[in-house]
Formats: sequence, structure tokens, C-alpha cells
Amino acid sequence: MQFIKRIWIWFDDVTGVSAMLKPLLDHPVPNARKFSWFYVLGSATLIAFLIQVVTGIALASGYVASSGQAYSTLQFITDAPIGRIIRGMHYFGASAMIILIGLHTIRVYLMASYKYPRQMNWLSGVALLLLTLAMVFTGQLLRWDQTGFWSVLIAAEQAGRVPLIGNWLGHFILAGDTVGGATLSRFFVAHVFFFPGLIFLIVAFHLYLVVHNGISEPPNASRPVEPKTYRPWYHALLARDGQPFWPDAAWRDVVFGVLVVLTVVGLAIIVGPPLLGKPPDPTIVEATPRPEWYFLWYYAILSIIPKWSEDLVMIWGPALFGIALILLPLVAGKGQRSPLRRPWSFVIVAVVLFMIAYYGEVGKVAPWSPRMDAPPLPTAVVGAISGPIAYGAQVFHDKGCEYCHKVSGYGGVRGPDLTYAGDTLTPAQITTRIYSGGTNMPSYRGNMTSDQLSALLAFLGSRHRQPVLPPPEPNSNP
Amino acid sequence: MSDHVPPEAAPQSGLEIGRRKFLVRLSIAVGSIGAALVAVPSVAFLLGLRKSPRIWRTVGKLDDFTVGTTVNVSFEDPSPLPWAGVTAKTAAWLRRVDDREFIAFSMICTHLGCPVRWLAKANLFMCPCHGGVFYADGQVASGPPPKPLNRYPVRVYNNEVQILTMPVPIT
Repeated sequence: MQFIKRIWIWFDDVTGVSAMLKPLLDHPVPNARKFSWFYVLGSATLIAFLIQVVTGIALASGYVASSGQAYSTLQFITDAPIGRIIRGMHYFGASAMIILIGLHTIRVYLMASYKYPRQMNWLSGVALLLLTLAMVFTGQLLRWDQTGFWSVLIAAEQAGRVPLIGNWLGHFILAGDTVGGATLSRFFVAHVFFFPGLIFLIVAFHLYLVVHNGISEPPNASRPVEPKTYRPWYHALLARDGQPFWPDAAWRDVVFGVLVVLTVVGLAIIVGPPLLGKPPDPTIVEATPRPEWYFLWYYAILSIIPKWSEDLVMIWGPALFGIALILLPLVAGKGQRSPLRRPWSFVIVAVVLFMIAYYGEVGKVAPWSPRMDAPPLPTAVVGAISGPIAYGAQVFHDKGCEYCHKVSGYGGVRGPDLTYAGDTLTPAQITTRIYSGGTNMPSYRGNMTSDQLSALLAFLGSRHRQPVLPPPEPNSNP
Repeated sequence: MSDHVPPEAAPQSGLEIGRRKFLVRLSIAVGSIGAALVAVPSVAFLLGLRKSPRIWRTVGKLDDFTVGTTVNVSFEDPSPLPWAGVTAKTAAWLRRVDDREFIAFSMICTHLGCPVRWLAKANLFMCPCHGGVFYADGQVASGPPPKPLNRYPVRVYNNEVQILTMPVPIT
């Protein structure tokens, strides 16, 4: 024991470690009292990131970043004894990091902790938020199944909408003229070296600023931020009512951080990683790529906006989001911090959360996507095994009508439900629609024989609330 | 964070100030050259996109294709990297129009790049992502796509049907 102590004294003497760390641990922080637990979200985000670093290193040891082999190495990792759990931890760790960095951003925004002197804390945090989004996108891609493959093309096509440099940007994402050997390596480097390197640097800067500017005190409506007097006032507050960061405040970070770890590990064991899709073979035509939950809302919004606004939304949506985050501490860097005096801040947070939750649910259903796997209508629904109605039902399936129109629970939901078309539409109306098409419906003029059309009309005309066939039971009242 | 106090600088003569200024500028200039020596080739390598030559790839014999039908064909990239695996392939929809004429459509939807499918009985291309529909000639029928489907040049050569490879079309 004495020996170890002597080694430590020598080590500390020649490195100055305790002289460096002790002020960090002891530095006074405001007593946040009933708001104390709101201050654990930043450190919890960091812990989620560290989970990603550790599990990511483990995954990388079993992964081959080659367009031709990555998919089979994912199968290898998933089948390895602990590989499934590690993959699950990395997957749920990513979700945890997204959720926690989102909540941390909301906390800082609502409490207006981004005001003087912490503007650069906010701006470095914005960089970390954007990098986290870049990490989850590139990470989902590295799974390199069919969805991963098509995600690259979709990303390239979206980048292609950027004026002037769009074409170059799209091919930069593909790492060449086509998706091939160089593509996955590019995303691997971005996900494993470039973005994490930047995150490490900016996290260090962010933490340095937290110590340099001090942790923000909970807002008080009677005390707006005045840059000229804030720092002396803050130091007086710490002298009067501060407490050492370690352990008075830090124990909550430890407890909450461990809860995050337990949740991630628990979900990884119980739920496990997402299933691998089909292989990344571009010749497999049956592909229906979908983004992960954190981008589903954005996918949904891009799908429901009017066609003319697409380029604007695709380019200006993310751009304005970024610009707003950057401008916030610069234009609102002083004054009132209390969220009760900034009621619109609650409105903005509510709108953002609503969009993510509501449009995320819409994105799960994806009503705009045709159901191209809809089976032909069963006889029980059609109500005939031969004749024009049966033939019409076949036309309804063969011509792709069913992919967008539902009949008795079968088919898509992009177009109107036609279960009761016979009640609501006349044959003339249906014919007009079939011939002229619409914004989201192709015209079938010249693409349907008159036999097919009259059979289709017979089938749709037979869709009634009260079935016309078979005839009513003798004992039932009309 | 430490209590170091920089040693008191000696009183400066005009000559000394000029010398220090020079040394500061020299260090910055030399340091920048050093950084550029490392950064420029690295960034150039990163930005150097793989250009592929455009070559004719055979997708089948002339007799393999029936007039009036549209089928899925696949061909290999012009110069695939050895580790590209299945991703070196590209698929297209090929239609035999008549005895000698073929049309090859890109599978990539002009909306956001999802793979369009040919519905033979409906005579339409449909995209599974946002329901974009294209007529048999590739023109937009409905939904969000802003442009017709892209086409590959096709030729019949030595009784073989060949497609001219091209970069992924970015809308």
C-alpha cells in the first residue's frame, strides 16, 4: 500500500495530473435544486457516444468494409456468440444518443442556457447534433443490406437537387460514376474515422467551455442576462450558493448514465439488433427502402408536400433548420431566460416534437407508397368466380389499381378506398377518372381494352354497402 | 488552468520587435506549407471520383428477347473494383420494340432514386417509394417524379443485344 502510494506521489509529481484534474472536479456549480435532474442529459449523451465508440470498435473488428463482402460480415457478426448483443447495443446506443442529444438541446433551448456567455457552448453543441445525425445515417448504411444500398442512391438523388453542384455532390456521395467498390469504403471512413474524430474534438471543446463559462444556473424571470454584469454576478452566486461538481452534482450524472447503459444493454439482449434485409444486389427488383425511425418523419414530410415545393423543401428545409440553430444565440444572446416569459419556446418545442412523433407514425404507414405486394382479391370479396365482375376484379389487380386503392381491406391506401365505389360513383364518373387520370393516378386511355373497361366498371359498380349478391335471406327484413 | 506566469519578456528594441514579427510570420508560413503538403494530396485522393469509361455490355442474344415484352436485364459496370461484389451489377428494363429496335430504361426513379418496377399487365412502371408512375415510354404518368425515366443507348451487334453503360443519372 505504502509502495503504491509512493508510485502515485512520484507519478503526480512528474505529470501534474491532480493539479490539472482537481480544479475540474472541485469547480463550483450552481445548486439547481428541483431542476437538478435536467442537467444530466448532456453527460448522458456523452455516455451514449462512449457506448458507440466501444461497441463500434468491437463491430469494426468483425466487419469488412467492402461492397462485395460487408453483407456477409454482418451475417457473421450477428451469428457470433456475443456479436448479436454488440450489434444490438450499437443500434440502441444510436437511438439513445439521438434521443438524449435531442432532449439536451430542448433543455438548453427552453432554459435559454445558450445566452451570454454560453453562445459558443450552443454552437459547438449544434455541430455535435448535426454530426450525430450524420453518424446515424452513415451507420444505418454500413449494414449494407438492400435498404443500405438504396439509401446511398436516395441520398445521392437528394443531394442532386442542390443547385449548381448537385450533380457533382451526388456522384461524390457515390464515390464515382456508379455504386461500386469505392462507395461503401467512403461511408465507412466517414462513419468510423472522420465524423467520430470531429466529434471527439468538438466534445473536448464543448466540455472545456462548460468549465470555462460555468454550468448555467436555472433561469429566473426576475433576472434577465445582462452581458456587462453577468460574469461577476455568476461568480458571486457560486461563492454564495455553489457546490463542488464532484460529487454533489456529478452523482446524478453517474446514476442516470448507468441507467442509460442498462437500458441499452437490456434492449440489446431482449429485443436484439434489427434484422438484415436482402443482400445489396441492385438486380433484385423487389426493394422497398425505408429510413430508420429518426428520419421517418422527414421521409413522411417529403412524401406529402406538393410536388412543386419539393426542391425548395429538400434544400431549404435542412438549410433553414441549420441556420435557425446557428442564429439563435447570436440574435437572442441576452435578456430573458425564463421559459415562462418565452412562451413561444414551448410552442416551437411542441411543434417539433409533434412533427417527429406524428409524421413518424405517418411514415411507418407510408400511405403514399403503393402496396405492390397486394394479392389478387379473393373470391369471397369479389363475389363471383366468372363473368364480368370476376374479370373486372382481375383487371383491378393486373392494372395496378389495387396497389393504390383498397377494396374490402385489400390493397393500398394512396388513392380513395373503393370498397363501396358502387354506392358513391357512377360508371361515367369512374370512366372519366380512369381515362383522364390525375395528379397521383396515371391515365389508362389507350392502356385498357373496352372489354377490360366494362368488366372493371361492372366490378366497381358491384361494390355496395349492402351486398347485392347473393340475394337477401328470405326471413330478413328489407 | 495552471498558475504558470510567462517569464517577463526583455525590454524590446525596435530591431527586436522586427525580428520577432519576422519569426512569427516565418513560422506561420512554413507551418502552412507543411500542413498543405499533407492535406492537399489527401483531399485530392478523397475528391478523386472514379470515372468509368462507357462501354457496350452484352445483356443477351437477340433471340432471347420477344418483341413487345419488357424484361429485367443486368450487366456489369465498365471497370468494377475486384471487391465490388454484387454491387458491380446494374439492372435495367429492356424492351424489344421490333425486329432490330430496343429501348433500355434505367431502373432508378427520377424522383428520389428508388428502383422502379415494370408492371407488364398494366403497361406501366411504378415506384414503390412514393408511388411515381411512368408510362411504357418512360414519360411521367403520375406522382412526384419530375422527369421521364432515363434511357441507356442499346444496339444489336453480332446478334447480341448490348447496352452502353453510363454514370448513375442524378436528377
